[in-house]
This record gives sequence, C-alpha cells and structure tokens, in this order.
Amino acid sequence: MATADPLLRVDNLEVSFGAVRALKGISLDVREGEVIALVGANGAGKSTTLRSISGLARAKSGTITFAGTVINKRTAPQIVRLGLAHSPEGRRLFGGLSVAENLRLGACTRSDPDGVARDTERMFTLFPILRERWRQLAGTLSGGEQQQLALARALMAAPRLLLLDEPSLGVAPLLVRHIFDALAELKRQGMTMLLVEQNIALALELADRAYVLRTGKVALSGIASELRSDDRVAQAYLGAAE
Amino acid sequence: MSQLEYIIQQVINAVSLGSLYALVAVGLSIVFGVLKLTNFAHGDVMMVGAFTTVLLIAAGMPFIPAMICGIAASAIAGFLIERIAYRPIRNAPDVTRLLTSLAVTYILENLGILLFTSSPRNFPLPDILNSSWQLSGGAITFTNINVLTVALTFVSLIGLGWFITRTTIGLGMRAAAEDMQAAQLVGLDVNKVIIVAFVVASAYAGLAGVLWAAQAGVVQPQMGFTPLLKAFVAAIIGGFGSISGALLGGYMLGALEIFIVAFLPDTVVPYRDAIVFALLIAFLLFRPGGLLQPNREIKL
Amino acid sequence: MRIPLAIAAAIVLAAIVAFGAPHVVGDYFVRVLLLIALNSILVLSLSLSNGFTGVFSLGHVGFIGAGAYAAGILSLTVQQKKALLPHLPDLLNWFSLPFLPATLAAGLFAAILAVIVGYPLMRLSGYFVSVATMGFLIIVNVVLINASDFTRGARTFTGVPLATTLPWVIGWLAVTLLVLSRLVYSPFGRRMKAVRDDTIAASAVGISVLRARLLAFVIGAFFAGVGGSLYAHYLGSFSPNTFYFAMTMNLIAMLVLGGMGSLSGAIIGVVCVSILSELLRGFERGFTIGDFTVPALFGASQIVLGFLFILIMIFRPKGIMGDRELTFGLSRRSANHNHKEGKDR
Repeated sequence: MATADPLLRVDNLEVSFGAVRALKGISLDVREGEVIALVGANGAGKSTTLRSISGLARAKSGTITFAGTVINKRTAPQIVRLGLAHSPEGRRLFGGLSVAENLRLGACTRSDPDGVARDTERMFTLFPILRERWRQLAGTLSGGEQQQLALARALMAAPRLLLLDEPSLGVAPLLVRHIFDALAELKRQGMTMLLVEQNIALALELADRAYVLRTGKVALSGIASELRSDDRVAQAYLGAAE
Repeated sequence: MSQLEYIIQQVINAVSLGSLYALVAVGLSIVFGVLKLTNFAHGDVMMVGAFTTVLLIAAGMPFIPAMICGIAASAIAGFLIERIAYRPIRNAPDVTRLLTSLAVTYILENLGILLFTSSPRNFPLPDILNSSWQLSGGAITFTNINVLTVALTFVSLIGLGWFITRTTIGLGMRAAAEDMQAAQLVGLDVNKVIIVAFVVASAYAGLAGVLWAAQAGVVQPQMGFTPLLKAFVAAIIGGFGSISGALLGGYMLGALEIFIVAFLPDTVVPYRDAIVFALLIAFLLFRPGGLLQPNREIKL
Repeated sequence: MRIPLAIAAAIVLAAIVAFGAPHVVGDYFVRVLLLIALNSILVLSLSLSNGFTGVFSLGHVGFIGAGAYAAGILSLTVQQKKALLPHLPDLLNWFSLPFLPATLAAGLFAAILAVIVGYPLMRLSGYFVSVATMGFLIIVNVVLINASDFTRGARTFTGVPLATTLPWVIGWLAVTLLVLSRLVYSPFGRRMKAVRDDTIAASAVGISVLRARLLAFVIGAFFAGVGGSLYAHYLGSFSPNTFYFAMTMNLIAMLVLGGMGSLSGAIIGVVCVSILSELLRGFERGFTIGDFTVPALFGASQIVLGFLFILIMIFRPKGIMGDRELTFGLSRRSANHNHKEGKDR
C-alpha cells in the first residue's frame, strides 16, 4: 500500500484572506522521489499553497495529507518534525546570526548529532561557499549565497519533502544556474521536492511533473517535458485575468 | 582632591549605575525582542525578587542564598505573568498588549502595597558588603556592594552571551526575535522559546532588583518604577530588542546621568530626568533603531 | 442648523440633574456624580487621540496637570500669590482670574503645549508614540516638581478656590460631548478613523496623517486642560504626583473598559469603573459579617480592577461598546448627515 500512496496529497484546498479567496479548491499530489513544479502568474496562489502545506496559512476547507497524516491543523513546527521542510519566499534567513548558527537552527528538530554533522559536511559539498562564509553573519551574504544558505538550512532538517519557494528570486543569473545544478544533484540523490518558480523553463527542466495554477485553481497539469512545448502554459501566464 | 581623582570617582559611579541600568535593560530587551512587547511589569518583577530576598534575610538566611532565592522568585513570577496574562493576547494589536502589561504592573504594585504597605523597609545588607574602600586618602571611595554589582553584571552577561550563542534554545531566542515565522518554519517550538525568554529576562529583573534595593538600602512596592523607566531609555538608546544594545545603552545612560550630576551647574541637575527623557524622545524621532540598528525602518 | 429634539432633551435632562441632584440626594452621591462627570470629560478628551486616531498616548495626564497648575496659578488671589508663590514673575502676580476665564486659559495653555509636543511626536506610531508620550509625562512631572517659583515644587499647591460645582462640570461635559461628537462624526472624523484603521491607505488617498493626528491630539489636550482646571478647582490643593501614572492608569482603564472608538462608550466606562471603585473602596476599609471581621485591605480595589482590565483585554479587547454608539434615536440624523455628504462629493 505504501508505494501506491503519494507522499503528499492536497485535496480540494481552499484558503481565504478575509474576503479574498486565494485558493479555490486545489488538488495535487507528490510521490516519493518526484520533483513537482508549481508554476503560474503572480497571484495565482503558488506561495499560498506552499504556506498552507507547511502550516503558515490555515486552510478553510480541504485536506492536506503528508506521509499518511492529515496535517491541516498541525502547527508549522509539528509539520517540520514530520519531515516536511519549507524554504520560504524571500529566504527569511536570520540575518543577525552566522551561517553556522542558521544551519544549526535548521537542524533544531533533530536529536542525532552524528547525522547533523554528516549533513553539515554534505551541505559543504553541495554549497562549498558556505564553508568559506561559516562565521559570517547571514545578513552580510550576497543574494545567491543567501539562497544557498536558505536551501541548506531547510535541508538540515533532513526532510522527506522539501518545499522551495522561488529559489531564483534576487539571485544573479550566473548563480541561478549554480543553484539549479545543486537542485538537480539533490534530485539525483532522491530528494522529493515541490518547487514554486517564476522561471518556467528552468522549473520544467528540473521537474518530473508540473501543475499550472491560475487565479487559485489548477488550470493544467501533466508531465513536465510535455508541458514545455504546450502553448496553454504560456496562456496561463498571459491570460491570468480571464 | 585632584581633578583626576574626581574624574576617577565619577567613572566608578557611572560604571556602577550603568551596570544596574544595563541589567534591567537587558531583560526588557529580551522580552521585546522575542514578543515585541513593551513589558511594563518588568519593574515589578524586580520588586518581587527584592522583597523575597529581604524577607528571607529577615528570616535568618544569609545574603547570597537569599539573593538566589529572590532571583528564582522573579523567574517564577515572570513565568506566571507570561502564562496567565500575556499568552492569551500574544497575537493581539500592540496597544492591547501594552495595556495588558500596564494592568499587570497595576496588580503587582497594589499586591505589594496590600502585603507590605507602601512605606519603605530597610534592606538588611551584611556589613561586609557595606564596608567601603578608600583610595588616594579617601578621595576615591566605593563600597563592596558596588564591586558586587559590577562583578555580577559581568558574570551574568558572560553567562547570557554563552547561552544565546551556544545553546539551541538561546539561538532560537535570537532567531525568533528576528523573524518569528521563519523560526517556526525551521521547527522551533515558539512557546518554549518565549517561556525561556521570559524566565531569563525575569531572572535578570530579579538580580537587578536585589542589587538596586541593596544599593538604595530600602525596598518598597513601587521600587521598580524608576529603574524600569530608565531602562526603557537605555534599551531604546541602544536599539530596542538587541541585547548588546541594551548593554551599551545602560552604560551610556549611567555615564550621562553621572556626567549631568558631576559636571553641570546646580540649576540644571534637578532636571536630570527631564534631560534623559528628552533624549529618549529625540532617539525615537531621529534614530528609532537606536545606536546599533541605525537603518531600522519606522513608518508613520 | 436645527438642534435635534434629542439633544435638546439631553440638555434639559442634564440641567435638571445638575441643578436638581443636590436637593434630592446626599452630598456623597453629588460628589460621586461630579467625579463621574469630571472623569468623563477627561476620558472623552483622551479618547480623541487614543481611541479615534489610534495614537495611543501615555502622556495625556501631562496636559491635565499642566491645565490644573495653569488654572491654579491664574485663579489664586493676589494676596495668596504673594504668600504662596513669592517668586512668581511680575507678569502673573498682579491679577486673579475668575473660574471660567481661568479654565479657558488652562485649556488653551494645554492646547499650545500639545502643538509643540505633538508636531514632532505625531510622526511616530505604535509603541514608539506610547513610549515617547510617556517621556513627555515624566518631563512634565519633573518640571512641575522643579519649577517651584510657579508650582511650589513637590509641596502641595493649595488655596485654589473650590469653584467646581456639579452644574459647572455637567455644563463642560455637555460642551465636550457636543464638540467631540460633531468632530468625530464629521468628514474630519472619518479621516481620523481612516488614519487609525489603515495609515498607509489613508495617506495614499491624500489624507495628511500628521495633520489628522495633530488636530485630534491638540483638541484632546484642550479639553484635558479644561478638565485639569475643573479638577484643580474641585480639589483645592494638589501636588505634581496627583497628575502622574496612577491617574493615567485610571483614565486608560475607563477608556478601555468602555470601548476606545465610542464617545458613549467612554462615558459608560467612567460610570462602570467609578461605581465599581466606590463599591470596592467600601470593601477595602474592612467590614464585619456576624462574628467574622474582614480587615482593611488597602490596594485590593486596584487589584480587582487590574484583573478586570486583563479579562477585558483577553475576552473583549474592544471594550463594552467597541466602535458603536448609544444614540437614543440620533443615529438617523447621522445617517442622513453622511448621506448628504456623499452626494456633495
């Protein structure tokens, strides 16, 4: 049974902010080992979807099931402990803390010092710049370095599923390539990811499958490589008002 | 008495007074950092520690254990205040939380009056702490309680520095102060962080309360009020919410007050507190982030 | 402009209470009634900035104190000034003002002070403005204690004629209510509330945030000064610490209990807290039930009030009235009023 069930299943999720209906019934699933891209225009509800999965936004209705547990009503820290890490939009690093301290907090839910030490070494191979910046305050890093730290901080929780919100935002073009190489390496190692990304080309290149959101609904979904040549994806961006 | 000796004496006074301000301001800043709450009840938590210490000394306990019990009593008081009054309104608007802390102050102060009346009581300081050192033939004097104040301030701050850089919960306190939501996203138990922050801040209040009362020689229910207001000024000068800022602000305020008293004309001296609070207003207007956070945004 | 029947009725009723009450009930109740009316003026004046514009000032009592001392100095007789304030500057020591002009002058003095203080401070928000105005209150206190040529310093300021009678207070309360209700439910009042509810949006649609806040602050200070004068002429003698944190806490408790965005709420808050305090004060003195004697418990009434306050913050943070008003049929008028303005645009 375990192989058939997806790791994450979102079923008819609705979220409102006051009178504004941000999500109007979204359903999606992520299977173990998959990389799923969530694309769509600004305001389509991509970030809100991630935020309700990780417990920052409350669902009005619908269910979110992660590894067999319904997590709608769980708090964000509880969800992290279940093995779901979220690298949020805008990175949200602790700027007054050093790189080392940020990574240490990323692992604050864990009680296996050896595993944490191993994962720290893994982060150094994945993102060598972090070793150089080890004692530096996170707030003094460049945009690209900060993004790498944000990814590493989320990975330090040893998650089964990683939510990534706009890893290319505010990063110099050269470094975007670098970051997506690291994500590809993670995928090769078997990390399951749900990725929100403005840069559709990059996202669809990395992902196995994708969901296209439009004004709070799933407009389109399918195999990433097929969607790459699908005109309706571009329409979803341009025709957001419709 | 030479000019130099006079100046050295004033520096000693400034360090001693500044240590007290720094101790109070650090506690205020810890709570403000994590909860964005201007905790008026902090001064009354000082009072709890000071009264506990005085009562235990009166019951025959030696000074040091009595002081430790006083600090513990303050920590417990802080824990209870957070639990009973502040937790239910944690997500309420700023004004609601500010008002709640005023109400807690009001309750604690009147509870103090109810139990101990508002007249001051003697602080039974052991003779050894009262004895003074005379240097340069009496031109420079200070007592052992001054020495103890400065020493305990340093020791406790080194301990705090270790706590907030070496322990996960201490790192969590700093992280939560910067970005509460991000702290939750890495899986920090925010409740635990807040409780620990309150207990640590209240223990600081307890230590400050005992030392303040020991220096003043008396305890009374309203004793926390003046140090609280001064600590507000110190914390804001340094950068509200920043522990190192509170430290810097505390010593700067101590130095400023001693400077006013020692070097300005007698007609100005009674207006010392007016000058201090005018400085507070000036900082809020022109540098709301304090000395250490010059770029902090402030919106109309 | 026609005066609606309800206002006329309210004025008549107030006049009957003001002049009739002393003949019907005892001195104690007249005193309670007077204090309720007096505190209503103070809380209403506080509600303008703290409730309607969302600038939570902790310095309001500074204006009340300034008004009380200003009025006190003005209304002492020339002989008293020579005896009590021998170093008073020549400008002030040769005359004595009657009650009404002294009160108006006190209001004006507080208002001018508010312009000077508010012009910089009304740029601040949130806890910044609360802490800064608290700084102002402390500065006023320090000045009152040290400017002993004017205030007798920390010693009691005494000799102010006991001119504050129930009709005077009710009259001033009526004026305060009339002015504030016209202000709050006018286009300017809507601007004030817009500034409170969403500062950024308000400034985006062209409302001057500073001007709206400053005007509310200054008008509030005027009535605080007036209230201060009434207080001074009620007490006869007072000291700088009469106008300090205890009074601040008391007024804030009344305002918050009643509801911060409502004029009638402010008065309801005053009535509730006053009655409660009176009841608890009896309790506090100690009493005997049968063989059982409860000793005097000084501070107990404040403790009960404090807990009540916290319960309100937790369970009903908008107070009894919130933003609503008790209108007694006046609501139709204000609805029409709004409607007409909508058409003018």
